Amino acid sequence: MAIATASQTIGPYWHLLEDPSWADLTRFGATGEKITLTGAVLDGDGKPCADACVEIWQSNPPTSDSFPGFGRSNTDSQGTFRFTTVKPGPVAGRGNAQQAPHIALCILSRGLMKALVTRAYFQGEALNDADPLLTSIEEPARRATLIARRAGAGVWRMNVRLQGENETVFLDV
Amino acid sequence: MADTTGFRPYTPGTQPPYDAPAYMGTVKRHPKQRLHPLPQTVTETTGPSFSPDRFPPLTDLTNTNGKPAIGERIIVAGTITDEDGRPVPNTMVEIWQANATGRYDHAADQHDAPLDPNFHGAGRVFTDANGRYRFLTIRPGAYPWGNHRNAWRPNHIHFSYFGPAFATRLITQMYFPGDPLLAFDPIFHAVPDEHARNRLIAAFDLDITEQDYALGYRFDVVLRGRNATPMEH
Repeated sequence: MAIATASQTIGPYWHLLEDPSWADLTRFGATGEKITLTGAVLDGDGKPCADACVEIWQSNPPTSDSFPGFGRSNTDSQGTFRFTTVKPGPVAGRGNAQQAPHIALCILSRGLMKALVTRAYFQGEALNDADPLLTSIEEPARRATLIARRAGAGVWRMNVRLQGENETVFLDV
Repeated sequence: MADTTGFRPYTPGTQPPYDAPAYMGTVKRHPKQRLHPLPQTVTETTGPSFSPDRFPPLTDLTNTNGKPAIGERIIVAGTITDEDGRPVPNTMVEIWQANATGRYDHAADQHDAPLDPNFHGAGRVFTDANGRYRFLTIRPGAYPWGNHRNAWRPNHIHFSYFGPAFATRLITQMYFPGDPLLAFDPIFHAVPDEHARNRLIAAFDLDITEQDYALGYRFDVVLRGRNATPMEH
């Protein structure tokens, strides 16, 4: 059996790859409830990470020619990422479980030797109370780090705190 | 059901930790809480697919507008497989790198070395049905960085892989054999297992080398393998 290749940091110069249009998952004509998912990536001192690469993946709505399900955003001088996408619906879980609507996030940056994975759920979704991941996080304050809050019409905001106070729950997948 | 088969955990010691203090950048950016276990669901076992129609390949980085970049032309080729040795076909690979002088075509790179107008330093390639890829580029130069006194990054090319699922996403760096800077590089050395670390070093390969044209390097990559049995459903 071979063993998976080791990860190395994405470093500060990954923008050579960047196509800013990738942050808009509706650019191929997706229909559905269009939303903005935004937030800031902050370090252990609460300072913005201005050179991060944030990627999102959602399995709902299903990918199609008009919806790639995947997006990539840089972070600006305030550490802010910003995606335009379609609000996901519920997603099948393991066994008979149902997962609340969510978007997976992958944080890559200088100073991260490998990706950090987390999720954005949506404030006020009834299914949040029964979601297998959310209910497995005992401390309400920790659980809250995965909940995007309404920040205007169609705008959802969730900061990603890499370290320290209010550190985001990162996932071992 | 293939999509719902989970991926097995990484082998201990073969991946770098988040907390790698010799690499200063990690000090304020590594989480202090333990990662929360998440049994994989369809969110993790599926992932994006990219088509060459929509994301056109750029496999020759050595020319811009038909003008040749300065530096030593090299060919980098290899195979992408999973941990069971199965090729990963039709997957997108992204690369980016410094030019021959050790300078990135990036506003944040202020190293006092010349930019090359004929070298941008980013490419995209898709593996074939057998998981093979190949691109043509310029051997990147070493460059200083502020991590510690007299810190220089070894020659390297950045690679980005997607594989079949969100759980197989991988970013890494390819190094060159015999580089004396590897011994001092905290990013390379953040991988604890020596064998896993050394697999990041490409192999010079005379079969990839082209007569009178360019040296060839082989860089084979392994992405996470699937569990033997599907998840309960």
